[in-house]
Amino acid sequence: MKRAPLPPGSLDNTDCRVLNALQDRLPIDHSPFAEVAGPLGLTVDELIARIARLRELGAITRFGPFLDAAAMGGAFCLCAISVPEARFDEVMTLVNAHPEVAHNYERQHHLNMWFVLACEKPEGIARVAKRIEAETGLHVHLFPKLKEFFIGFRVTA
Amino acid sequence: MSIDAIDRKIIAATASGLPLVPHPFAEVASWIGLQENEVIARMTRMQDVGIIRRIAVAPNHYALGMVANGMSVWDVDDSDAERLGARVGALECVSHCYLRPRSLPQWPYNLFAMIHGQTRDEVERKRAGIADLLGSSCRGSDVLYSTRILKKTGMRLSEGG
Repeated sequence: MKRAPLPPGSLDNTDCRVLNALQDRLPIDHSPFAEVAGPLGLTVDELIARIARLRELGAITRFGPFLDAAAMGGAFCLCAISVPEARFDEVMTLVNAHPEVAHNYERQHHLNMWFVLACEKPEGIARVAKRIEAETGLHVHLFPKLKEFFIGFRVTA
Repeated sequence: MSIDAIDRKIIAATASGLPLVPHPFAEVASWIGLQENEVIARMTRMQDVGIIRRIAVAPNHYALGMVANGMSVWDVDDSDAERLGARVGALECVSHCYLRPRSLPQWPYNLFAMIHGQTRDEVERKRAGIADLLGSSCRGSDVLYSTRILKKTGMRLSEGG
């Protein structure tokens, strides 16, 4: 995934409006894009072409359903490992190989690898964490959420 | 809350994204041998019960100029953590805010608040604002900047279950 900002002028006003509009939920019906395209003054085909271009440019990382593991009876858990610098790539490969690892970030800290486990069953968290510990020989700190306060942030493009 | 094998197929089929065609649910249905109306009904049910939070884009913060992203972490008095967490979570600059267990002795922090900004200075200013809000209930804090995204796939389901 791209981490550099897009060059200035990559997105026009319509692109920004498309990005803002698509952070709201898309309707689940026969022509979901029609309801979004109308207020933007676009045809469905134009809207689809814009989304495809935004994806190619790397302005969006994903377009699709966001799932809640907990609602399915599963669980998410934030985890962190303190990885010796010399082993970073090796450990990253071992951690990322698990399909339960949904995201993984390097951060500047003694605990320098932070990843999220998404499991279909709550007991999966401890199982995968133990497996990662066995594979890497490193302790996995578990930070399950006890309470979530807000999750409505939007990027204004 | 439960999902059956067909729901699972729908989730697996859309895990990497919704097809960019005028009738995406018809397309998904054709991939897995269902009728469009069944896919729509099942996805609507999954959204109603919260299994699908929403169908939307995940913007790339970095590409959009939000290149500084700091995970601010706070050691907040347990007796005050819920009340203060709600106030921090309500701040406009905070995208995610969670109460989590400490991992002592290495990790004394129990409140996590993601702060996004165009520069680290901006993130630091916002962090100072959170420190003011927490006041004397906060015994310590840190901020962890991400330096690399190592993986970002979102949740994947096994099709078999």
